Amino acid sequence: MSSAMFNLILQATLDTLYMVAVSGVLSTLVGLPLGVMLYVTRPRQILAKPLLNQALSIVTNIGRSIPFIILMVAIIPFTRMLVGTSIGINAASVPLTIAAIPFVARLVEGALNELSPGLVEAAQAMGATPWQIICKVLIPEARGGIMTGLTITVVTLVSYSAMAGAVGGGGLGDLGIRYGYNRFNPTIMLITVVILVVMVQGFQSLGDYLVRKSDRK
Amino acid sequence: MIELSNVSKTYGNGAAAVHALKNANLTVPKGKIHGVIGLSGAGKSTLIRCVNLLERPTSGSVVVDGQEMTRLSSAALNRARHRIGMIFQHFNLLTTRTVFDNVALPLELMGQKRQAIRERVGPLLDMVGLTDKANQYPAQLSGGQKQRVAIARALASEPQVLLCDEATSALDPQTTGSILELLRDINRQLGITILLITHEMEVVKSICHRVSLISDGKLVEDAEVGEFFTAPRTQLGREFLNDFLQLTPPKELIERLSDTAGEHTHPVVRLTFSGDAVSTPLISRLARECGVDVSILQAKVESIQDRTLGLMIAELLGTPAQTQQAMTYLESHQLQVEVLGHVQRNV
Repeated sequence: MSSAMFNLILQATLDTLYMVAVSGVLSTLVGLPLGVMLYVTRPRQILAKPLLNQALSIVTNIGRSIPFIILMVAIIPFTRMLVGTSIGINAASVPLTIAAIPFVARLVEGALNELSPGLVEAAQAMGATPWQIICKVLIPEARGGIMTGLTITVVTLVSYSAMAGAVGGGGLGDLGIRYGYNRFNPTIMLITVVILVVMVQGFQSLGDYLVRKSDRK
Repeated sequence: MIELSNVSKTYGNGAAAVHALKNANLTVPKGKIHGVIGLSGAGKSTLIRCVNLLERPTSGSVVVDGQEMTRLSSAALNRARHRIGMIFQHFNLLTTRTVFDNVALPLELMGQKRQAIRERVGPLLDMVGLTDKANQYPAQLSGGQKQRVAIARALASEPQVLLCDEATSALDPQTTGSILELLRDINRQLGITILLITHEMEVVKSICHRVSLISDGKLVEDAEVGEFFTAPRTQLGREFLNDFLQLTPPKELIERLSDTAGEHTHPVVRLTFSGDAVSTPLISRLARECGVDVSILQAKVESIQDRTLGLMIAELLGTPAQTQQAMTYLESHQLQVEVLGHVQRNV
């Protein structure tokens, strides 16, 4: 393999990691609170607001139901407004983040839903405020489930980022399509796939390790 | 200390409405242990949750330590809840916190300083005998130990009242005994008023001063424990007691029992002795004074706090006139006589 090829692959790998990292962090920052909101505003929950819950739920479902490839194209004007361009890894990170937010939110909501209702009841009996219940009971107790959800999200983002390559996003997917597919270079195709597989394995193992560390059940 | 007046709780409305609690009245004086016993679905859980407003009553008043709970703002309610500890059937400990941090939680919620928390948690763990487990996680503890942690946690904020929601129902009999002993010690040493709900007569018998019986959302009986165990006033109360004492006639005898007395039948009676009657040799006197022989089928003596309770199922052998006289004699000596039926003697 030529050193030019090597540099291309290295750059694409870094680009993928960059897109996954940026969208992973940003979508967690928004998705985690959204997931908590989805849970605590449910009827009979600590901040029961059925109407708000319905609204949030509908918005989340819309976000989840739009195919990523369409979302990416559809929000190009928004992406351009935000990062000034519609191509490149920064531009690709915008739709990745938008797509991952409802994903994270539903996984967080699911993790909270797994908790025994008795925990919240006990905290209420101790005179905890809703905010205290969220910070001291719900999130710490669900952190194993939340970690599992974030691991799934990161792995999903790796494969979504490959799709982002299709619209000029850069990264391993982009490399695989341009060199492997369009230029009939099976070696490049194989290398990108192998790197993606290794990357996913790595994220999954890291996630599993963090879940094990945070779970005390 | 706790006063519920006309408390009702209805879930849903219209035809689908479920009346979980109907005009419940309950008073627990300071320093007493009050038990509420009932079958599952009778409304026990709703009742105890109305005290700290985990369930808001549909109507009625809830006064704890002189404060009308239903009228408090949410901030004031949280402050009031600091003075009411609660423990649960399934402990509800935080799995991601150590024993120490679980006990510290209520103090953190109250905004206490680290140093103050450390000074408070140590003695609490000492009291429940878990000092050596301070750094373990709940998953490493047995059921009894988890409940001890929960008790320490409930006492952390120095409450006046402790609510126990089926606190021993998930524990084996031996562990139940040790937890009940701990609760009694807490009541005696700290003067904490305890309201507990249970379906186990054993719990009522071993630690309660007074007991209420709940059925279908209504409190149907309210009595001193000694009184309840010797002379329950309601049918349900008698069922609970008989179940607990397991004093029902043998199956073979039940089949032979008939409701009507005949010329050659003998009454089978359940005798309940309490107070002085226990220590009087009534059965042998019965034989001497009424000429009636007594065939004892089952007998049991229980001590309920400071009272002794004797129970006996016996067949009275004699002529109808003699057995009638015998029953009158027993009743005149403060025994409760309940005729279960009559059996034909195979002579």
